[in-house]
Amino acid sequence: MNPVNYLYLAAVLFAIGASGVLIRRNAIVVFMCVELMLNACNLSLVAFSRMHGNLDGQILAFFTMVVAAAEVVVGLAIIVTLFRSRHSASVDDASLMKL
Amino acid sequence: MSASAVHSLWTTAAEPVSRIDAPHIEYGQLSPILIVVGAGVLGILVEAFVARRARYHVQLFLSVVALAAAFAAVVGLAVTGHGSTKAGIVAMGAIAVDGPALFLQGTILLAGLVSLFTFAERRLDPVAHGKQVDSFVAQAGAPPGSKSEQAAVKAGFTTTEVFPLALFAVAGMLVFPAANDLLTLFIALEVFSLPLYLLCALARRKRLVSQEAAVKYFLLGAFSSAFLLFGIALLYGYAGTLSYAGIAEVVDGTVTSIDPALADTMGNDALLLIGAAMVLMGLLFKVGAVPFHMWTPDVYQGAPTPVTGFMAAATKVAAFGALLRLLYVVLPGLSWDWRPVLWGVAIITMLLGAIVAITQTDIKRLLAYSSIAHGGFILAGVIAMNEAGISSVLFYLLAYSFVTIGAFSVVTLVRDAGGEATHLSKWAGLGRRSPLVAAVFAVFLLAFAGIPLTSGFAGKFAVFKAAAEGGAGALVVVGVISSAIAAFFYIRVIVLMFFSEPRPEGPTVAVPSPLTMTTIGVGVAVTLVLGVAPQYFLDLANQASVFVR
Repeated sequence: MNPVNYLYLAAVLFAIGASGVLIRRNAIVVFMCVELMLNACNLSLVAFSRMHGNLDGQILAFFTMVVAAAEVVVGLAIIVTLFRSRHSASVDDASLMKL
Repeated sequence: MSASAVHSLWTTAAEPVSRIDAPHIEYGQLSPILIVVGAGVLGILVEAFVARRARYHVQLFLSVVALAAAFAAVVGLAVTGHGSTKAGIVAMGAIAVDGPALFLQGTILLAGLVSLFTFAERRLDPVAHGKQVDSFVAQAGAPPGSKSEQAAVKAGFTTTEVFPLALFAVAGMLVFPAANDLLTLFIALEVFSLPLYLLCALARRKRLVSQEAAVKYFLLGAFSSAFLLFGIALLYGYAGTLSYAGIAEVVDGTVTSIDPALADTMGNDALLLIGAAMVLMGLLFKVGAVPFHMWTPDVYQGAPTPVTGFMAAATKVAAFGALLRLLYVVLPGLSWDWRPVLWGVAIITMLLGAIVAITQTDIKRLLAYSSIAHGGFILAGVIAMNEAGISSVLFYLLAYSFVTIGAFSVVTLVRDAGGEATHLSKWAGLGRRSPLVAAVFAVFLLAFAGIPLTSGFAGKFAVFKAAAEGGAGALVVVGVISSAIAAFFYIRVIVLMFFSEPRPEGPTVAVPSPLTMTTIGVGVAVTLVLGVAPQYFLDLANQASVFVR
């Protein structure tokens, strides 16, 4: 199969993730959408790597997975502390600093 | 049939593993980064193995020594010519050690060092249960107002993890402006962002606001780094390599041997343009340029003030360093495309930052909008696209970071019963009650406004001069106009402090320990020295203004 198709799929996934970040209200779901965007990046990196016949893209994909894991650790810690002090993980409720 | 013959039906002997050559790492030239990372790891071990009451002193000692040693290493590298004649690319092409990298690393280390002193300040908060406490939460996991929080406060806990976190952030910032391929750029971005997200959530007072700031910073930061990563993927697709020099060759069209797979994609300008735009978006977010600035005021207001000062200064230095290298090393061949875009971004950043700042009533938010406007001024120097552009941006970043850290550490001193009194109305008459603090703050505000004899003037002059030489005259006009607008609200705060009656129930000014005094003193000294005699530092920035490729 033509690897270009994977690039289109990656672009679609990235767009779904980005619109999810903008639309959804729950911080956890927003965060999952960000993860979806990172995975879309991985897919396109691997597809480009296959097209070019070198491994740089695949190496970056591994690094991205590690970064995504680290981001989950930090992100969940922050979101859980917010949830425990407010009993809500909605990003709309967090508006103490609105001007 | 023998067993081994059957076995060979579905297995085959692996090729003998060929020798893998170990990568060549120039440890000496990477020493500033390695020292800081090593101290961060040691700091984690200190958290695990040292008794709780001794941790604060051990951590403070360790981080101060590490940052000072790393700064000494940077100076050593610069003196031995690694910034100019011996500039080169190290660690298998991942990191560039050259003039701009060393200059910015030195700036980040000094800024990190003086803001670490404000992290360690323990005399501002009232003594709780016989224990001196700093501005960080007793136990981050305990919900605000809960029993477990009261217990943690009563036990006198402090979050000494902030020191290793700050060290990791500094390490990422050291790599960020020196990154010489897109992989290193992305990893460095995450390495300095993740600790900052956590640091934002750790305020001792106003914890709900602090946690809210952390969530906002985290979600938007992760969102923007996803854009950066997708941009990196597209640039990789376009050029078939992640190294800056390799991409620059493809952009310039000077590739000598084109392999057939590459021929398909490197003609595809859509990949290049969209990829470059997305990478720029990610960097402009970290810089806080309009329209990617929305996080700045909330995060600056909510984060603990020492962290805000650190973040405002060091992140900006690192992000502008990375932006400069990307635009001047990788994408000069594309400057006809990115310059108009950055023109627009710089103009709205300067104007919006200055105009919205006028309406602010909270001193931290006001400084946040002022930092947005300053980001616009620095962008004007970036757009210049000449050597003066690089050196003026380097100088501006040095000047700006010390003014910012100084200003935020003054904010930590003005307090009332609820912690820091950040509402502007409470600052009325401060000049009558404590003239020294108000005068110091006035110096910082005048430097922000760019009044002569302060570092702000020298920096702005250098940046605007470079922009004018680079053919961005209109930008200079807008810059001067927005400086005038910005001067209005800086002067307004000074007038408020000195020429209005102090309120009877107004805030008190806490007397800090020598730590914060050092920070503020260094801030004032750098502001005045760079303002009165900037020539030496301008020359230094000039010598450091050549990127290695």
